Amino acid sequence: MQIKCYINNRLFNEVIEPDMLLIDFLRHTGFTSVKRGCDTANCGLCTVWVNEKTVLSCSVLAASVNGKHITTLEGVEDEAIAFGKFVADEGAEQCGYCSPGFIMSVLSMKRELNDPTEEEIKHYLSGNLCRCTGYMGQLRAIKKFLQQGKDGA
Amino acid sequence: MFSLKEYITPSSLEEAYELLNKNKNNVILGGLLWLKMGNKNYNMGIDLSKLGLDTIIETEPQIEVGCMTTLRQIETSSVLNTCFDGIVSASVKNIVGVQFRNCATVGGSVYSRFGFSDLLTALLALDCYVHMHKGGIIPLEKFIKMPYEKDILIKIIIKKDGSRASYKSCRMTATDFPILAVALSRCNSSWKIAVGARPNKAALAAKASKLLPENPTKEDIASACETVTSELHFGTNLRGSAEYRKELAKVLVKRGVEEICR
Ligand SMILES: Cc1cc2nc3c(=O)[nH]c(=O)nc-3n(C[C@H](O)[C@H](O)[C@H](O)COP(=O)(O)OP(=O)(O)OC[C@H]3O[C@@H](n4cnc5c(N)ncnc54)[C@H](O)[C@@H]3O)c2cc1C
Ligand code: FES
Ligand code: FES
Repeated sequence: MQIKCYINNRLFNEVIEPDMLLIDFLRHTGFTSVKRGCDTANCGLCTVWVNEKTVLSCSVLAASVNGKHITTLEGVEDEAIAFGKFVADEGAEQCGYCSPGFIMSVLSMKRELNDPTEEEIKHYLSGNLCRCTGYMGQLRAIKKFLQQGKDGA
Repeated sequence: MFSLKEYITPSSLEEAYELLNKNKNNVILGGLLWLKMGNKNYNMGIDLSKLGLDTIIETEPQIEVGCMTTLRQIETSSVLNTCFDGIVSASVKNIVGVQFRNCATVGGSVYSRFGFSDLLTALLALDCYVHMHKGGIIPLEKFIKMPYEKDILIKIIIKKDGSRASYKSCRMTATDFPILAVALSRCNSSWKIAVGARPNKAALAAKASKLLPENPTKEDIASACETVTSELHFGTNLRGSAEYRKELAKVLVKRGVEEICR
């Protein structure tokens, strides 16, 4: 079947199998930042945005994004680099495998929540598992990232 | 890994229903999260997303939630956060993560009638109905016990009866399946106690509910808690033993009653 969709604002017109998953479609089209962790909808590594909302690309049919806008880490590179500096400063990354999905969720949270509390940050990101860091460094990095520019920092 | 030979977005419910019943391997697609975990070979996947069934509509007597409404919409809905002390929203908050709840649908969650379902437990404590395309409007309590028929769940309907309510679950880790889920409601002087993840499907503890007067004493609560554990069946799985679940049930029911009476 044929689908037409925008990936990072670029139009794609592709022939796919009806049961192709979005993660495979994106990787096949060259967006290899999108990775598989668990494949059972638990880890959040495969997170991308469909029409600005985070979804698990391992659990969404490519057919269902026909006519929609998809954003991957490649599409928010500048913001990701800016956030990455805070992550590095806080020593909040070890193997880095969780980062693509984690960053997509953090940037989505920044758009969706206004001035979130620590509890709200933890709740919003509870679907992004990290096997290495223990989350505390990530939390510090997020707080500083969200705070930047607000108090002249 | 599941497979699908054809994917279709029908333009009416009638068309969707006809397609569903054309072949025994045709299937309705909700958010796909559960379907995709299986290894069935389906013929046709029927996606209802073009039918405008993703809304939460409040009218004077009831709240209607379309089957394609996501769990995240439920979580963030101002109506569902307000009515019934917000238990419908509260019940979905710990289901995996935001990006999961942006995908999982009400239709997939309620139609499946999973034993572990948080949402089903919360809805069962309320005056809730499912609207099926062929089967019409069915009380949720009856629907839970019915066999899985090839029909389409269009929406759920919750009557606004002014119930006070409480929802509690216990999990090993924040986003795991619940070990036990308990929902309670009080409408005037009539109580409903629903217990899910026992690990069987959510059920009402009718006898225990009747033991609670409008403003129960400590003794009333204690005897209701005991009755819950004797009238419902509790089982063992890798998340907890039947004995442990019974102890949890007593604690969660007590906390729920106290919360409503506060
Ligand atoms: C990893 C994981 C963890 C989970 N944790 C929890 C948890 O802690 N608590 C909890 O309550 N739930 C949990 N769930 C269940 C989840 O919340 C959803 O209920 C489940 O994914 C089904 O929703 P879906 O929209 O993805 O449905 P699908 O997977 O698309 O469909 C499920 C079934 O429902 C049928 N169906 C879908 N929509 C309709 C309709 N409108 N009419 C008729 N039939 C329909 C499908 O044909 C299929 O048989 C979990 C699921 C997963 C995969
Ligand atoms: S790979 Fe999609 S949630 Fe883990
Ligand atoms: S840094 Fe290794 S999984 Fe997160």
